[in-house]
Amino acid sequence: MSNITLVEGINLALTRAMQDDESVVVLGEDVGLNGGVFRATAGLQQRFGRERVADTPLAEGLIAGMAVGMAAEGLKPVAEIQFAGFAYLAIDQILNHAGRLRHRTQGRLSCPMVLRTPCGAGIHAPEHHSESPEAMFAHIPGIRVVYPSSPAKAYGLLLAAIQDPDPVVFLEPSRLYRRFKEEVVDDGAPLPLDKAFVVREGTDVTFVAWGAMLHEALEAADELAADGLFAEVIDLATLKPIDFDTVLASVKKTGRCVVITEAPRTCSLASEISANISEQALLNLLAPVERVTAFDTVTPMFRLEEKYMPDSARIIAAARKVMEYQ
Amino acid sequence: MTVAASFEIRFTRYLLPDGREAADLPSFASDPRALVPDYRAMVFMRALDAKAVAMQRTGQIGTYASTLGKEAIDAGIGRVLHKEDVLLPSYRESGVLMLRGVSPHRTLLYWGGDERGNVFPESPRDFPFNVPIGTQLPHAAGVAYAMKLRKEPRVALVMCGDGATSKGDFYEAMNAAGVWQLPLVIVAVNNHYAISVPRHMQTKAQTIAQKAIAAGIDCEQVDGNDLIAVRDGVGRAVEKARTGGGPTLVEALTYRLSDHTTADDATRYRSAEEVAQHWKEEPILRLRTWLHAKGAWAQEQEQALAKDAAVHVQKMVQAYLETPPPGPEQMFEHLYASLPKQYIGQVTQLTEEAESHVEHHAG
Repeated sequence: MSNITLVEGINLALTRAMQDDESVVVLGEDVGLNGGVFRATAGLQQRFGRERVADTPLAEGLIAGMAVGMAAEGLKPVAEIQFAGFAYLAIDQILNHAGRLRHRTQGRLSCPMVLRTPCGAGIHAPEHHSESPEAMFAHIPGIRVVYPSSPAKAYGLLLAAIQDPDPVVFLEPSRLYRRFKEEVVDDGAPLPLDKAFVVREGTDVTFVAWGAMLHEALEAADELAADGLFAEVIDLATLKPIDFDTVLASVKKTGRCVVITEAPRTCSLASEISANISEQALLNLLAPVERVTAFDTVTPMFRLEEKYMPDSARIIAAARKVMEYQ
Repeated sequence: MTVAASFEIRFTRYLLPDGREAADLPSFASDPRALVPDYRAMVFMRALDAKAVAMQRTGQIGTYASTLGKEAIDAGIGRVLHKEDVLLPSYRESGVLMLRGVSPHRTLLYWGGDERGNVFPESPRDFPFNVPIGTQLPHAAGVAYAMKLRKEPRVALVMCGDGATSKGDFYEAMNAAGVWQLPLVIVAVNNHYAISVPRHMQTKAQTIAQKAIAAGIDCEQVDGNDLIAVRDGVGRAVEKARTGGGPTLVEALTYRLSDHTTADDATRYRSAEEVAQHWKEEPILRLRTWLHAKGAWAQEQEQALAKDAAVHVQKMVQAYLETPPPGPEQMFEHLYASLPKQYIGQVTQLTEEAESHVEHHAG
């Protein structure tokens, strides 16, 4: 048991996976001696060697494409894209190949790879370093998209992603990398994929969030509780496929739902979740589902990022709106 | 000023277009009879290709990418690869797959719109047909990386066209293969056209082979219409890769004698005279002329071979036609190792629709 940060949870999971399974390899830009720009892979090359922890040439399409080839040939590659803003080059490989290799060969070849990338705003990073592309990945058939919100979730979900026989895009909230510590037991136990977690029980409104936004939702829930309003907070964790059973069970109980995402509004996962609730729980709803999202703008440079990202104030405003709906 | 680097590109050709020898032959060709199986494979490839085009024209398969004119490349590569190696084809490599042991009815299935055309029980590590241009090259680097990591004496051989060499994927894979000295052979099939865009509009480089110079890896050009040159050049590259000598780019020069696919009409962008000129250099006639001259092949054998090929092609056509279409649930069957329960509702909807469709027609 150790008290560690989220990025240390990532590192611990990678270390454990590489130690337990020699087919696990890590590749990416600066992941070797440098340990990754956020130090997520710190110490791995020293421990497991340059062949299993490979600094690649600077080419994101190559990194994703090589991971596809490695995975088809029996390795379990964990590829790092340095920032989500550079992951768009990898989408060709994820969409055209990783997600469809099993189907297009009818199970003959498969693609047990993980593509990790830090994402989201809030760390005063340069342009193109603060993107939230989760909906783009979630639109791709044949893959999973996972987004941890804490050190323990990062550890358990990354182990699960590495063990999963299909491709997983693993999005890491860079804003939470070092924001807080949590007790994590290094027992090699994965957390379940495809499953949402109720992290706070409540009776009046359901908040659905993931990654850094989960903490804004929890903060909002704290403030509302002081006013006697009790929000149930769900950490979605796996963004594809979404655990609608957990979401719907909660909405049926509370009758109200606010979905929070740091990504732009149009075609966001908040829209997808809202649509599903409308289809499957319309008569349980006491108010329309509210979406709290970023604006349909490009991610601004950091002087404006606090205005761009949803925060607890916006979540509280949305919660009051659904509570007051008549 | 001094010269920081310079380069030269080797070109290998053993048989002239008229079948005469242009150089001393490599040892594998010292007994011409040893090349008869290659010749037979090339004739069969052409027979299957002609049938596939005819089947598209009569609506029995969908759009098809012809292999006409590249038979020596496919036969040569098929001959030098070992069973345990991995082939990463583009979409025009059905000839190599045949020599990998894959039943050619798979090619008809693939172009007939059926994923089972990518099921290769006879060569299970080989990659499926690859339609997006050049994206198979990074896969090949990954496959070769895995082989090297596990210290296996295996080789990844990836094929692409001349158009693919304009893509970043091509350079990125070649560059990475150089850095790690991967057991990778890249064969760029230069058939002089990327659909309608001719080779000289694809790049100002004098050769495609020389693109490897920038990545610091070995390269050479071979006459892709000369089976002996292909076997020699690609064979040397494969064995070098297998024994730790690192990657090679082989540019195989040929000419696309067909349209790009059956959906294309090449008369829009090239002249009949140009095509006629290249028919004089085609690989099958060249090899046959040489085999005849060496006394390793006779006219009667040619007739028997044509008959054999027709019979075998017909068997492949039958195997394709007798494969019933997949059930709609096939869309979900191999989407994941095991289908997440979130998608079961969609499967139910699909199968119910299919059943009500059957009832509707029965009623």
